[in-house]
Amino acid sequence: MKVLENLVYTKTHEWVRFEDETTALVGLTDYAQQTLGQLVFVNLPQEGDETVTGESFADVESVKAVSDVYCPVTGVVSEINEELLDAPEKINDTPYEAWFAKITDITEKEEFLSPEEYEEFVKKEME
Amino acid sequence: MELKTPLYEMHLKLHGKMVPFAGYLLPIQYEEGIIKEHMAVRTRAGIFDVSHMGEIRCSGKDALRNLQQLLTNDFTDMSDGQARYSPMCNEQGGTVDDLIVYKKKEEEYLIVVNASNKEKDYHWMLEHKFGEVVFEDISDKISQIALQGPKSQEILMKLSTDIPEKYYHAVFDGMVAGIPCMISRTGYTGEDGFELYLDNTYAKTMWETLMEAGKEYGLIPCGLGARDTLRLEAGMPLYGHEMNDEINPVETGLSFAVKMQKEDFIGKDHLPDKDSLMRKRVGLRVTGRGIIREQEDVLVDGKKVGFTTSGTHCPYLGYPVAMAILNKEYIKVGTKVTVIVRGREVEAEVVPLPFYKRTK
Repeated sequence: MKVLENLVYTKTHEWVRFEDETTALVGLTDYAQQTLGQLVFVNLPQEGDETVTGESFADVESVKAVSDVYCPVTGVVSEINEELLDAPEKINDTPYEAWFAKITDITEKEEFLSPEEYEEFVKKEME
Repeated sequence: MELKTPLYEMHLKLHGKMVPFAGYLLPIQYEEGIIKEHMAVRTRAGIFDVSHMGEIRCSGKDALRNLQQLLTNDFTDMSDGQARYSPMCNEQGGTVDDLIVYKKKEEEYLIVVNASNKEKDYHWMLEHKFGEVVFEDISDKISQIALQGPKSQEILMKLSTDIPEKYYHAVFDGMVAGIPCMISRTGYTGEDGFELYLDNTYAKTMWETLMEAGKEYGLIPCGLGARDTLRLEAGMPLYGHEMNDEINPVETGLSFAVKMQKEDFIGKDHLPDKDSLMRKRVGLRVTGRGIIREQEDVLVDGKKVGFTTSGTHCPYLGYPVAMAILNKEYIKVGTKVTVIVRGREVEAEVVPLPFYKRTK
């Protein structure tokens, strides 16, 4: 399981890459994609949608199940990664490049986990 | 508290992801994952632990008459070693279960039923039996291993000479690698395949022997997940989804196994003929974006015309499909429908069943 140094993480297994104080990319962690198995479909929000910390803003489907993806910040969707709509397997192949959406005008944030804390958290979850 | 099949330890050893199912702890998948397991069965071979399924022995002078009365299919012309699929209906024509009857010999049959229904079925049979007949639930003694896929015959031939030649036939007192078992040529994946019925004590040895024999053919263990995507891709109905107490077998599309011309059987008076059928199972292919699951509303021109019963992404076909029960006016192939998936509209089209059919 890979955890990147320059990102922050959530307990619901999203990664967040801040470009500045109020702009961030959000995706699913390597651990999340491994747990979900091969993904065959992804639903993304639309540009202009408002997101709310801790609420679902996308979902991913494996052959057997659908899982919500939570947005860890309150803000506005300024861009979505349309590539994923046609190639959801990119989330499995390169989870840290497969960002779901770019969120701007961020006004509120979840309490994030550092890479070390996230690694610890996952280890406990795997036990 | 979930039960464990005799292969439980084996599943753990193979890193099966265990989930509760029909009262048992069973692997939903192994390390390779559902898609690879699915593809293995379509192109090579897969092995499944289906020991959770129910086996009921039916014997006695009136065994055949009981089957004729209990089940919708006709068993009068069966030869020894033959298998026959049948729904079992309630008085209202709804479906109690769907099952397979194997004829061992005159006055002795084996009935294989769905895991989650075995107690209900057994009691139903006891409640409705008449004359000289004994129904005996032998599920707890029997393990069942399914070997499915185009390479399954080659694998089995390495270990046995008791291979049923025809589909839907069985060898009752067979041997596979020196282990006594019943070998049937049936399946639930859309592929050629076999199910081995054997005493629990041999289950582990049989599994290991098959795995070893199948290694060179790319045989891998497969879980409940692949079993479901395979059956769905092959357009096979599943009890609790495409049929239940309220959906009758004619609506499910099983009229080939409902013999209205035979004498009275339970539910006969309430089963519709083709003309009076109000709704029927169809196949849907997703033409829009999304995956349809079960129990979602199907609309035409904004009006609800039915509901979905199963749905998934088909790993072999490469697109998502679903099955649905639709009002009669909308069952024609080519009908465009909208399915409401978690509040969103997903476009789909009625297509012929099965979605996938193997080429011989």
